[in-house]
Amino acid sequence: MWGVIRQKMSTGSSSLLNIGQPLQRIRPAASAFRNYSSAAKEMTVREALNSALDEEMSADPTVFLMGEEVGEYQGAYKISKGLLEKYGPERVLDTPITEAGFTGIGVGAAYHGLRPVVEFMTFNFSMQAIDHIINSAAKSNYMSAGQLSVPIVFRGPNGAAAGVGAQHSQCYASWYASCPGLKVLTPYSSEDARGLLKSAIRDPDPVVFLENELLYGESFPISAEVLDSSFCIPIGKAKIEKEGKDVTITAFSKMVGYALKAAEILSKEGISAEVINLRSIRPLDRATINASVRKTNRLVTVEEGFPQHGVGAEICTSVIEDSFGYLDAPVERIAGADVPMPYAANLERLAVPQVEDIVRAAKRACYRAEPGAATA
Amino acid sequence: MSFSATKFAQPLPLNTTSPRSNDKPILLKTSSFLGSTHKLRSNPHPTKFNHSISCRRSGVVAVSDVVKQKKVQSSTNLLITKEEGLVLYEDMILGRSFEDMCAQMYYRGKMFGFVHLYNGQEAVSTGFIKLLKKEDSVVSTYRDHVHALSKGVPARAVMSELFGKTTGCCRGQGGSMHMFSKEHNILGGFAFIGEGIPVATGAAFTSKYRREVLKEADCDHVTLAFFGDGTCNNGQFFECLNMAALWKLPIIFVVENNLWAIGMSHLRATSDPEIWKKGPAFGMPGVHVDGMDVFKVREVAKEAIGRARRGEGPTLVECETYRFRGHSLADPDELRDPAEKAKYAARDPIVALKKYLVENKLASEQELKTIEKKIDEVVEEAVEFADVSPHPSRSQLLENVFADPKGFGIGPDGRYRCEDPKFTEGTAHV
Repeated sequence: MWGVIRQKMSTGSSSLLNIGQPLQRIRPAASAFRNYSSAAKEMTVREALNSALDEEMSADPTVFLMGEEVGEYQGAYKISKGLLEKYGPERVLDTPITEAGFTGIGVGAAYHGLRPVVEFMTFNFSMQAIDHIINSAAKSNYMSAGQLSVPIVFRGPNGAAAGVGAQHSQCYASWYASCPGLKVLTPYSSEDARGLLKSAIRDPDPVVFLENELLYGESFPISAEVLDSSFCIPIGKAKIEKEGKDVTITAFSKMVGYALKAAEILSKEGISAEVINLRSIRPLDRATINASVRKTNRLVTVEEGFPQHGVGAEICTSVIEDSFGYLDAPVERIAGADVPMPYAANLERLAVPQVEDIVRAAKRACYRAEPGAATA
Repeated sequence: MSFSATKFAQPLPLNTTSPRSNDKPILLKTSSFLGSTHKLRSNPHPTKFNHSISCRRSGVVAVSDVVKQKKVQSSTNLLITKEEGLVLYEDMILGRSFEDMCAQMYYRGKMFGFVHLYNGQEAVSTGFIKLLKKEDSVVSTYRDHVHALSKGVPARAVMSELFGKTTGCCRGQGGSMHMFSKEHNILGGFAFIGEGIPVATGAAFTSKYRREVLKEADCDHVTLAFFGDGTCNNGQFFECLNMAALWKLPIIFVVENNLWAIGMSHLRATSDPEIWKKGPAFGMPGVHVDGMDVFKVREVAKEAIGRARRGEGPTLVECETYRFRGHSLADPDELRDPAEKAKYAARDPIVALKKYLVENKLASEQELKTIEKKIDEVVEEAVEFADVSPHPSRSQLLENVFADPKGFGIGPDGRYRCEDPKFTEGTAHV
């Protein structure tokens, strides 16, 4: 009953990224996209998430959404627009500001077979509930020896936004991905958002679904099969957004867009970069990453979060364990600066990886760095 | 059966200031009963109170004298039938014998890690859980062996779990602090205090959701959340009192106030030690009950569970009780005053129940001895069963992380690891 569509590892769907281009048509969130045409449609990530939630809630009455401002406010970032009207206050719950409490309530409801989707206004607030995400959601299936599974989804924006300061900008991918019992997903495009959210909701295990606020408004072209209501993307498989042969660049979430731009710049200089959209941080698709590195022999990992113990560190170790003999250069790791996020706009730009940093790192990996250039 | 048994004598003026001296403030023991005319539900400041005599908390609990008086007075109308009495007795004896056996096994090295025993608090578990249906849920803390036993988990399954054997209720993967049973609706066993409260609130939420959204009209399952006095200062407790009252969830918050959180006295840790008062602050009834008296607990439980089943919302019940042993088997228990321990030991709930049954001719000494002997055999058999049960196999290490292990990762050959035939042998590389 899972309409799993195997992702074509093709270059076609990835090359057009209308970053920054406004959406052509505004669609009301509650309407399903019924007019399939063979021409590429566009959809923002926000619409993708909204439609996925809508369809899953209508297909399965045990799915319900709870979080701060998800109901009457239509969602803090308008992701849940129209859902309260359609499903009523018993299924779209506006909670008080009690992350620990309502996350635990979600876990308790999941023990008894309901499928909660818990929204955190940002994942920074999930730290107030992290006891429940890790200790009662992630570990319960194991502690109860399979008796109680927790089919819950924790979703919300993750990582840096624009000028929101240190307490609102942390990336939690590596924190959650180090915990067994959780599945951690990081969608990039609308297709990712739709497919992965549907998979997450249908999955019988706790899923941490890390979105990105700056991607919500971006629109991406999507094919007709994405609009199908049973479109799911398998958890644990990465996507090769662009094929190449000289260097592998892995990224997730917003950094995929940057990596693709960097790849364009690099291709003008004769370096063909392969860009991998990780999609799933836990479980990490080590097979795809290693296969790619065995092909290109060089690796650059890109992430927005703090460098120490980050996703890049794990990927680097995985490649060393499995494909050491294939590496022609040390693995380059691009991460956010090892400081709490500053507020000033110019400092913030320095604290988050930029396209130039990725280009420089790729060149270093290809031994084409300019001498004396400042390290990223 | 009337509720008159727990109403206290003459009303006294409310003393809101508690002079503190050397951690032994004067406390009022009050009990506003649900079935009475007190409108505690929506009125956070009830106008009428029945008070007991004010007393010092640390020594003899003067209230208990009043309680005993009342008990004697009401024994003319028997509080239970013979069958019920024997069920309660057997359950409490099972709890006590099991925990005593745990202590023995721990000191012999068969059990390890953290073990927290429930001796002395049996009246709370028996009083509440024996009124539940199988579909009702119980959520507890790390002091959860007896809650699991009262709810119906077989003693041998609990003992095997404690020994870490694969025949335990969680196949040895949970341990003393994490008793789960889907069949009996025991939703844990949580090591972090306060962690079980939101989970219990969620289970209660499911009951309401099932009734209202999924239209299962007869779903009136209630949830009991057991936790201690230390937890009542924790943020999650208050968050859930708020949400449970806000959404009128069918949950009963049962505080097992045994006055001590490891070595921290409740009076040293809490600004207002009367926990039942925190209920009305959130719009739900708060009740205080003598947790060493199984009849009183049962009476309050009946009312609270009835309320929840009828959809009238949550209740906060503070049970004044005491643990006869230390916090855990590793606790030397040096801080508690021996005089305090002696006073509570004199109020042993099992002894009190036995006395009641015998004095009111509900059961003979012989019948009760037969029950005790039977329970001894059950517990011995549980130990033997656990002893001969096998340890978990190596492959069990990697099992049950996920319900759908396809998310466990992709192996180097590109297939899902869980499809690797070596996966359950424990040799699959994680």
